[in-house]
Amino acid sequence: MAAATLSRLTRTGPIRRATHDPRWIRWTLITVALGFLALFLFVPLAAVFTEALRHGIRGYFSSFENPEALAAIRLTVLTAAIAVPLNLVFGVAAAWAIAKFGFPGKSLLITLIDLPFAVSPVISGLVFVLLFGLQGWLGPWLHEHDIKIIFAVPGIVLATIFVTFPFVARELIPLMQAQGVGEEYAALTLGASGWQTFWRITLPNIKWGLFYGVILCNARAMGEFGAVSVVSGHIRGQTNTMPLHVEILYNEYNFVAAFAVASLLALLALVTLVLKSYVEWRANLTRIPDEH
Amino acid sequence: MTLPFVRPNSSPLPGYRLTLGYSLFYLCLIILIPLAGTFLKSATLTWPKFWEAVASPRVVASYELSFGLSLVGGLINLLFGLIAAWVLVRYEFFGKNIVDALVDLPFALPTAVAGIALTAVYSKNGWFGRWLEPLGIKAAYSRLGVLIALTFIGLPFVVRTLQPILEDLEAEVEEAAASLGANRWQTFRRVILPELWPALLTGFALAFARAVGEYGSVVFISGNMPMRTEITPLIIMTKLEQYDYAGATAVAVVMLLISFALLLLVNLLQRWIQQRACS
Repeated sequence: MAAATLSRLTRTGPIRRATHDPRWIRWTLITVALGFLALFLFVPLAAVFTEALRHGIRGYFSSFENPEALAAIRLTVLTAAIAVPLNLVFGVAAAWAIAKFGFPGKSLLITLIDLPFAVSPVISGLVFVLLFGLQGWLGPWLHEHDIKIIFAVPGIVLATIFVTFPFVARELIPLMQAQGVGEEYAALTLGASGWQTFWRITLPNIKWGLFYGVILCNARAMGEFGAVSVVSGHIRGQTNTMPLHVEILYNEYNFVAAFAVASLLALLALVTLVLKSYVEWRANLTRIPDEH
Repeated sequence: MTLPFVRPNSSPLPGYRLTLGYSLFYLCLIILIPLAGTFLKSATLTWPKFWEAVASPRVVASYELSFGLSLVGGLINLLFGLIAAWVLVRYEFFGKNIVDALVDLPFALPTAVAGIALTAVYSKNGWFGRWLEPLGIKAAYSRLGVLIALTFIGLPFVVRTLQPILEDLEAEVEEAAASLGANRWQTFRRVILPELWPALLTGFALAFARAVGEYGSVVFISGNMPMRTEITPLIIMTKLEQYDYAGATAVAVVMLLISFALLLLVNLLQRWIQQRACS
């Protein structure tokens, strides 16, 4: 480490020129990159909050006073509270099987886990309509027994689980594969049981990767629009999640209220990004001592 | 340490049957059975009916729009993603960490919020729209609007696949090129760029695949005019709202097959990257 720093300091003219761009190129590229990001990211993000506050703070908060907005917030939280833990358990189980054991068809399994990312959100909703809707395979039976899945909360939860399915697993699999099985073998040799090994050895090793997967999974679960839109039926106060409520308000030209609800979702996105950066920073801190 | 190939029954670790069994069960229940149901449903259609649903002029126009503009959006992200990744890895500037974190915004921001935000900015009275309107450029409610949304949604992919590769590039290689008489541009084109191609292609393919299926951010800004600004996922949505389940399924199956082909391509690309990294 010290030698590398020294060589960087003593680097002379021509070599330095080889790896460093001239000042005008640097500034041009920085301007182009920031301009591009501003055009597509920063300005639209700022617009959400500006539009939400168009009628001042009072107008902003009055948007949340109607019961439909509150019902939408409750349903969104409920959906995430079911979908995230289920995908968390699956992610840990799948990563344990894939990283700790060898078996044929492993890479196919990894590909299948990623499948929902390749499916359009609208199709993710459609598959459940075709399964549980009145025209679907199980629809008539469900109708007879008076069980409602499509245009009801269970359908929304199912569609959300589908679109957020890979998040935790895909963070954990590469992480646990890189960590190998050495520490777990050592624990077993010293007399720990399987559960003890998992709770005391594996879980502390993967906690940041796990947290990372969970916050991304949660952001998508709360924000999913296309898939949920197909299965929800848009019944106000009952099957409206926050993103769907945003759409309804927007289509009624109730822009301030639409952007007010949208601003909550934008805040959620910002908190997600902050936590994500924090986890990346922590993971880097813990990785450095390992290398020496 | 790398994982040796352990036969399941020879590993002393417990939980193999439990975790693999549960994973497969959950995968089948949530993903495979519903997807298989969709394919089976489309198989109940007669061939002429299927063809009528997936090849009517309005649907074909939507393929052209979705795939064409996803391609253009992917190319825009390829170029500007490369510049953004380069700037974020190589240069220091004020606020770099914040900019770096915000690149992931399209992943974290719900698509409906992105949709109404982009519409607000690019419509006639918006911050950018009001400057474009006098120039005769209609951004929102036009194909340009669809392109803006599709570019937004694919933005992080190229940047995030490139960053680790750029960070791992060894300075010595560039120094060697320079000491052999290459100028900076030659070094970039002949030495750096060949190293980046697999990652660039992966990022492009991921952005393209995401854009093809995108719904939420597009429907607000596109105006949804049949034959002009109607994307394929919206066609599925419209058919569903008209209770045309067979037609919706047929179009969905076409999209699914294309998406799976793209997924396969991405996997092959990533394998190629790993092989290059190992050799």
